[in-house]
Amino acid sequence: MATALEFDKITKRYGRVVAVEDLTFDVPAGQIFGFVGSNGAGKTTTMRIALGVLAADAGEVRWNSRAIDLDTRRQIGYMPEERGLYPRMHVADQLVYLARLHGMSTAAAKRSVDIWTERLGVAERRDDDVQKLSLGNQQRVQLAAALVYDPAILVLDEPFSGLDPVAVDVMSGVLREKADQGVPVVFSSHQLDLVQRLCDRVGIVQRGRMVANGTVDELRSSGPEVLVVEAPDARPGWAAGIPGVTVRGQSGNRTHLELAPGVDDQSVLRAALATGPVHEFGRRRPSLTDLFRHIVSSDPANGHNGQSVSHPTPPFDDTTTAVAAHQGV
Amino acid sequence: MTTSTTPTPRVDFGALPPASARQVIGLVAKRELQTRLKSKAFRIATLVSVLILVALAIIAKLVSGSSSSVVTVGVTPATTTLGQQLVAAAKTVDATVHTQTVPDDATGRAEVRSGKLDGLLVGDGNSVSVVVKTDVDSDMQSALQVLAGEVALNQQITSLGGNPATVGAAIAGAKVAVDPLEPPPAKPQSQQIALGIIAGILIYISLMMSGQLVAQGVVEEKSSRVVELLLATVRPWQLMAGKVLGIGLVGLTQVLIIGLSGVAVGFATGSLSIPASVAASTIVWLLAWFVLGFSAYALAFAAVGALVSRQEDVASTVTPVLMFLVIGYVLGVSILPSSPHSPFMAVLSMIPLFAPTMMPMRIAMTGVPAWQLAIALAGMIVVIPLLVWLSGRIYRNAVVRSGARVRLSDAWRPA
Repeated sequence: MATALEFDKITKRYGRVVAVEDLTFDVPAGQIFGFVGSNGAGKTTTMRIALGVLAADAGEVRWNSRAIDLDTRRQIGYMPEERGLYPRMHVADQLVYLARLHGMSTAAAKRSVDIWTERLGVAERRDDDVQKLSLGNQQRVQLAAALVYDPAILVLDEPFSGLDPVAVDVMSGVLREKADQGVPVVFSSHQLDLVQRLCDRVGIVQRGRMVANGTVDELRSSGPEVLVVEAPDARPGWAAGIPGVTVRGQSGNRTHLELAPGVDDQSVLRAALATGPVHEFGRRRPSLTDLFRHIVSSDPANGHNGQSVSHPTPPFDDTTTAVAAHQGV
Repeated sequence: MTTSTTPTPRVDFGALPPASARQVIGLVAKRELQTRLKSKAFRIATLVSVLILVALAIIAKLVSGSSSSVVTVGVTPATTTLGQQLVAAAKTVDATVHTQTVPDDATGRAEVRSGKLDGLLVGDGNSVSVVVKTDVDSDMQSALQVLAGEVALNQQITSLGGNPATVGAAIAGAKVAVDPLEPPPAKPQSQQIALGIIAGILIYISLMMSGQLVAQGVVEEKSSRVVELLLATVRPWQLMAGKVLGIGLVGLTQVLIIGLSGVAVGFATGSLSIPASVAASTIVWLLAWFVLGFSAYALAFAAVGALVSRQEDVASTVTPVLMFLVIGYVLGVSILPSSPHSPFMAVLSMIPLFAPTMMPMRIAMTGVPAWQLAIALAGMIVVIPLLVWLSGRIYRNAVVRSGARVRLSDAWRPA
């Protein structure tokens, strides 16, 4: 693995609390890697370790097979989870300053700031203090701060949070463009539909461990299919008694079911027809959201739905999941 | 945002040379300097300090001016000689008396009544008799008293057959021979004491303000998380050094502006009459001690600032450091003016913690023996690199730990 950003067995503990354990994944140049996990799963810690803000207890982050040092770090475009800008400094001054710190000449920095503020739609706010900008605009400036010195690697913590749909589109375009230029892009997000659409690879972290890692297609085909049944007259619990069938969610008239291996879906259809008309009956591949919810809910530390730990196949459990599954691309 | 997909130019990254440590520190310092000098708070604080100094100088001038007022006394042709003697007598009691000749007694009285004259010497010139409107000015009273004594003495000398002029010359020529066993300690003039106190106040306030600025600056970067962005490309010690350097230059500028304008106003209004060389050395030493004191204290302020994440916590975290500044200053202004040669103060002022506040005061008030100055300077030169190492370590480990206040013992180990 030559041109790739590699995370090799990263471990970080705070006293007895394990923040990240044996976390291993890599992001080849030109790919977008989506980093997914619940709050506190260890995404931010991992990114901060890559940036040298935190020191790992064990493991190593490498770029082009060499451990990352300050010279490599200067080539990383970084967006911290919380905005990291001087509140009382002009947008342009601030961006030029950051670009200069990364080694750019003043002239090149100014040119680059002009280009990126234009591209990200904050050009007319260049001479305003950052604190005067709306949160969304601050976020755009923050992204500009990660891009002005033309980084060779992008590590972005929650770059999409707080952005309007247009900004999300522009941001997605920028990330794709950067990847096409050969930049490995790692970003974390809770907007899983976006991750599913944008990323080449996805890693799901749970309690400091990488529990799933692969292309979006690989991950989605690893999960069990969901049976979606729309039976408007059916009473709640109509499917509960069918052997080998687990109800995973209900959204409106649609019931989402999971079938144990070997169970005939036609028996489910017959049961549904017995309640009245059936408007929809179909199998769906799980979405990323489904997979993620499954992983979170099957974690004994999360309390609810504890019995599914021993479940052989990933179950699903709530209504939003079902909608996402239904809309699944 | 433009939705066009015009590709942004990709700079070849190999073309970006790594910024050297000096460049980085320079960039950080420059940002601090520009931000602070541009800020209204800085400009207002400096302006207010200068205005206060100007006001103090003017008040001092007015107060001292009224105590040695100029008195105009009218003399008639008969009392002209007495008038000349009065002018001389006034000088011996530090008063200034001008005389003005009036054609006759009645005109003089009218001018006293109208207030044009403060008094009128009347009579035949052989005895002292003065006409005033209501009351005799205290300075004029003393001068008149001396004059009356002289007149009486001269009359006695004449009646005994002597020459008053010869006696006067003999008295004026008489001198006491003083043979001190030890050279007397230089006794500070009241002006030098005042200068020392002002130097103390100035260095105390500027060290305190610049030190707090450093702590606040560190916390600002921490609370806004910008430090995370910076540390990805800058080493912690470079960031700390740049910040201390930048804010130090701001403080130095401020001390220079206030110090120079204070001395200028003092000389211009005449309320400062010490030799210019004393004033110059006071300012030079003030600047030198500011540089040394700031270097030491700013490093400490940066380290304790890095322990907290919110501006509200700055005050409590800097208190221990601030205490040393306050102790040095308070002991200095309360003890030095009354006993400038106190051995206790001499010892304290050689300790690096107190030297920056106490030495400028001692230098302005009495001057300091070279060996004491050398010990104090050497102490600072040893302490500053130690603080660079110590504060650098605390800063590096604490500055990325946001949230609750970081304990010193935790800051000792890497994050």
